[in-house]
Amino acid sequence: MSAPSPLRGWLRPHRLVMLALALGIVLWAVLAGDWAWLPKYTPLLLKGLGTTLAILAESVILGAAVALPIGLVQVTGPRWLSAPAQLFCTVIRGTPLLLQLWLLYYGIGSLFPMIPGIRGSFLWPYLREAWPYGLAALTISFAAYEGEVMRGAFAGVPRGELQAGRAFGMSPLKLFWRIWLPRALYRALPTLNGEMVLQLKSTPLVATITVVDLYGVISRVRSATLLTYEPLLLLALIYLILTALMVAIFRFFENRLPTRGA
Amino acid sequence: MAQPARAIEVRELHKRFGTLDVLKGVSLAAKKGEVIAIIGGSGSGKSTFLRCINFLETPSAGSIRIHGEEIEMRPDRHGDLHPVDPRQVQRIRTRLSMVFQNFCLWQHMTVLQNVIEAPVHVMGVPKDQAIATAEAVLKRVGLYEKRNSYPVHLSGGQQQRAAIARALAVDPEVILFDEPTSALDPELVGEVLTVIGDLAREGRTMILVTHEMAFARNVATRVAYFCNGLIEEEGPPEQIFGAPRSERLQRFLNPAQ
Repeated sequence: MSAPSPLRGWLRPHRLVMLALALGIVLWAVLAGDWAWLPKYTPLLLKGLGTTLAILAESVILGAAVALPIGLVQVTGPRWLSAPAQLFCTVIRGTPLLLQLWLLYYGIGSLFPMIPGIRGSFLWPYLREAWPYGLAALTISFAAYEGEVMRGAFAGVPRGELQAGRAFGMSPLKLFWRIWLPRALYRALPTLNGEMVLQLKSTPLVATITVVDLYGVISRVRSATLLTYEPLLLLALIYLILTALMVAIFRFFENRLPTRGA
Repeated sequence: MAQPARAIEVRELHKRFGTLDVLKGVSLAAKKGEVIAIIGGSGSGKSTFLRCINFLETPSAGSIRIHGEEIEMRPDRHGDLHPVDPRQVQRIRTRLSMVFQNFCLWQHMTVLQNVIEAPVHVMGVPKDQAIATAEAVLKRVGLYEKRNSYPVHLSGGQQQRAAIARALAVDPEVILFDEPTSALDPELVGEVLTVIGDLAREGRTMILVTHEMAFARNVATRVAYFCNGLIEEEGPPEQIFGAPRSERLQRFLNPAQ
């Protein structure tokens, strides 16, 4: 049995119906809707898109960097490291992101100004802005979810392959960099894709603490133009395209991996 | 000339797992060029013995010398011996290579990358030189055409031959084989045994834990029969298979009687 070609896959009856439906909705929205506001708000929309993408990328990169040690110590670390890491993952994954965001911004954020001398410090320009709190909350959240993924990925690398590394004279550090880490990352890649898609759709929460991301811009459009559907449909379309792009990029890399499912 | 150098000399090796005595004082020496086959029932301690030689398991008592160099060990609080200097063990491991029952190829690397990994990243051989060596050993095991494939795309027999190429690429003084054909489908056993047999004939020092009796008889210079954590009988293959003295060995070789 050979795999169907990508084009053939798109020509199946149910797919054609779905495509026609999607095209219909877009056509209807374009023809029936009121889009006069769009040119005026395009620069702002692009800026919002930039903010959304920046927050997504930064929180994913920082979060993944934190997730590595969190996953690793849970597999191999001493109890005084693995227990807090486990607690961190449980608490962060067990409470709403919105709550964490507000606790950071309205809670801790409002405590900072009470520290004497802080207004003069180099940190102040950041502490009085909203986006660092949004970035912090999203980073912590991603670190917890991805930490759990990395724990599974590290634990799932076959012991035999690690033993083979030791048998060929690798030091513990070399074994980690050459075998354990790359092998775990390959295993985690498909899950990472899903986590990133979820993370993208968590970013609008930062609009609740006055960060003007894509969602924030659309909210402004809605209150300025008193339109409901057009801005929201556009918002949905943009997130959909971003998600599709992310999935496609990950697919490309996953297909190059030799160990899918292994 | 003095007597031939001992490639490996193990004395009075003990290994306990909790209260279970797996090895109860095993002594075995391999001269350069010898092929020692270790046979025995499951649970007889033969794999554990092999794994103790390169410290994948830490022995509970005894001494191990590789090429006359004794590995210094001291007991931890559980009574297990641990190497005093981990670097010494890492260095010695590069002179012993191991072929595992389940191949244990690194799945994220191609066959060629698997073969050059230890030479380049452990022993510091320049990469182009390591690739030249790797291509030569891959030709020897008949896998040159598959050098850019990943292990998942190879059959079990091919994977094990790739693992043997990996073991050869470090130019080891001794190769340890841990039941190299036990995980293979019957029709794939032959191709792997052929490769191992060729190595034996060219004078490689090897210690081979195996269930393939006919093969052990053909390639081994000496056979050791393990039973209950001890070497029950040891000798040339003609004696072990032709005229076994121990009653247990007779029963092991001829279970029907």
